[in-house]
Amino acid sequence: MPKSLFEKVWDAHTVRTLANGQTQLLIGTHLIHEVTSPQAFGMLRDLKLKVAMPHRTFATVDHIIPTDQLVEPYRDPLAQAMMDELRKSCREFGITFFDRATGKQGIVHIVGPEQGITQPGTTIACGDSHTSTHGAFGAIAFGIGTTQIRDVLATQTMALGKLKVRRINVTGRLRPGVYAKDVILHIIRVLGVNGGTGFAYEYGGEVFDRMTMEERMTVCNMSIEGGARAGYVNPDDTTCAYLKGRPYSPTGAAWDAAVARWKSFASDPGCRFDDVVNIAAADIAPTVTWGINPGQGISITESIPDPAKATEVDEKASIEEALAYMKLKPGAPIKGTKIDVAFIGSCTNGRLSDFQEVARYVKGRKVAAGVKAIAVPGSQIVALQCEKLGLDKILAEAGFEWRAAGCSMCLAMNPDKLIGDQLCASSSNRNFKGRQGSPTGRTLLMSPLMVAAAAVTGSVADAREVFAVSQSN
Amino acid sequence: MALAKITSVTGRGVCVPGNDIDTDRIIPARFMKCVTFDGLGQYLFHDVRNDPATGKPTGHPLDDPRFKGATVLLSGANFGCGSSREHAPQAIQKYGFKAVIAENFAEIFFGNCVTLGMPCATASRADIAKIAAAIERDPATEIVLDVDRQEIRFGGQTVPAEVRAAARDALINGRWDAIGELLDGMEAMKTTAAKLPYLAV
Ligand code: SF4
Repeated sequence: MPKSLFEKVWDAHTVRTLANGQTQLLIGTHLIHEVTSPQAFGMLRDLKLKVAMPHRTFATVDHIIPTDQLVEPYRDPLAQAMMDELRKSCREFGITFFDRATGKQGIVHIVGPEQGITQPGTTIACGDSHTSTHGAFGAIAFGIGTTQIRDVLATQTMALGKLKVRRINVTGRLRPGVYAKDVILHIIRVLGVNGGTGFAYEYGGEVFDRMTMEERMTVCNMSIEGGARAGYVNPDDTTCAYLKGRPYSPTGAAWDAAVARWKSFASDPGCRFDDVVNIAAADIAPTVTWGINPGQGISITESIPDPAKATEVDEKASIEEALAYMKLKPGAPIKGTKIDVAFIGSCTNGRLSDFQEVARYVKGRKVAAGVKAIAVPGSQIVALQCEKLGLDKILAEAGFEWRAAGCSMCLAMNPDKLIGDQLCASSSNRNFKGRQGSPTGRTLLMSPLMVAAAAVTGSVADAREVFAVSQSN
Repeated sequence: MALAKITSVTGRGVCVPGNDIDTDRIIPARFMKCVTFDGLGQYLFHDVRNDPATGKPTGHPLDDPRFKGATVLLSGANFGCGSSREHAPQAIQKYGFKAVIAENFAEIFFGNCVTLGMPCATASRADIAKIAAAIERDPATEIVLDVDRQEIRFGGQTVPAEVRAAARDALINGRWDAIGELLDGMEAMKTTAAKLPYLAV
């Protein structure tokens, strides 16, 4: 019987069925970071257990890391304590730690692929919701809680109920100036922030076939914002080409065997999906969120929703709540909304191609007066790649602060925070109340180029107009 | 590892109304810088309980003296959306709650709660409003969330509740923390692992 990738990977990693009907699933790769794992190591010690597969566990530090202070101890003693705790645990249990000194540190969802640890047909778990990013490679990747981190540390398995699979086809060609970020913001807008509950999303169709790995990662990254537990793209030549020559990729004869194996995981033609959704690429425009969840988005040419026009009571209430928090006017065009901060970075859009695209267009332009603009590479390797290409200089000349690698203002667990009710054009993935470090701070999610357009004009703008984007990308 | 069999939770309730209450609202990210979960409870709903500008209490239900000591939390739809971090359920539990009743829950949050032995039950909006009205009238009203029978009893009334099958089974049979059973499967785990080339040492 033809099977989907999800089923194949699930079956290959099924250990047994548990008493409650859930599956004991083998987790091939466990990624950990400083925020969610110290507590799990504590639980492990309490139970006097060891790490089952230290060689399949990899650590990095990302959330708390200051992007403007390279020397320790950090100004924030708690940040330092979390760093020390992770270092200690990695040493104690024999886990590879991509610490800053290795030159490979970065956001966990950028480091895994960059190192070639993220591979097709594998299972991955990490104590972070955006673990779905790794699905871009045809892996089944789950964000998990601290207790599950403990389970995976102790047993290399976790208990999980099988998911349904929804195939999302995006057909046709994206219009110029429309990016992977717009694709996923559009999908979430159409299917809702809970639309994916109980599902893994399989993304496919012409648009995904043409996408680079970095673009696929941007989409898979935000699967969780649509409520899906995981999201993936079937492995193909693009996937294998990306992995070739990476530190953890197989070499020689093992490489050929791996490629054959990887491709065999792709969903079989004619396999059954629990649901299928078709979206036309031509319908996707540069998208901007106006509210307090990632599903509250509109295209740049649209106006901010008016609660008075809402057809449902719930919809009306949620628009009202969002607009009250966002201090935005119902019915006004989103274009022209003044911004205070521009942030380019995060595990959604903090990769080389994101900075390349921005640099290509902001070269010779200047960030508008009164706008604070920061560009934060997602990893030390991304930083180095950008610096080799001189992108850091281009961005700095335009008025962006070029920072060291980390999560930075995506969640503001480090010193990069919004102040008061500042409005931030952000390439990150969450616009929840208070997400960017100030309880009244406001976030508008958009693609990196749209952030750049907002930065140079000082207000939300159509990047296609600001930068005369015409070529197809 | 023997775990408690959680067939029901009894206690007084407090209602925190609203839909889409996300994990950042339950516990703002800046309080998640911790190496243990102890002490998280005090920051539960911090930014809605305290005026961000003045730091003064906003009169949030949790700070209403009438509901002090409540162990059952009531809320609206899509409760716990947002992050997979366990800080949110931990903060709720460390604050003293033993169960959450809402219209429905975000997936990961739901699972994280069950793993802590804290049942999450769904009930209709109308029924939640009835419970809320009852505790508003008499904050001492005892609420019984019967996980086993999937019902909520309060002030002489009974309304249906749902605790999803897998979660209910885990709670009432004392299997809500999977670690014991997972450890029992270690030999089987090795057999599965041996078939996967990428796991070779
Ligand atoms: S960049 Fe943002 S979403 Fe990604 S791991 Fe860091 S905090 Fe989480």
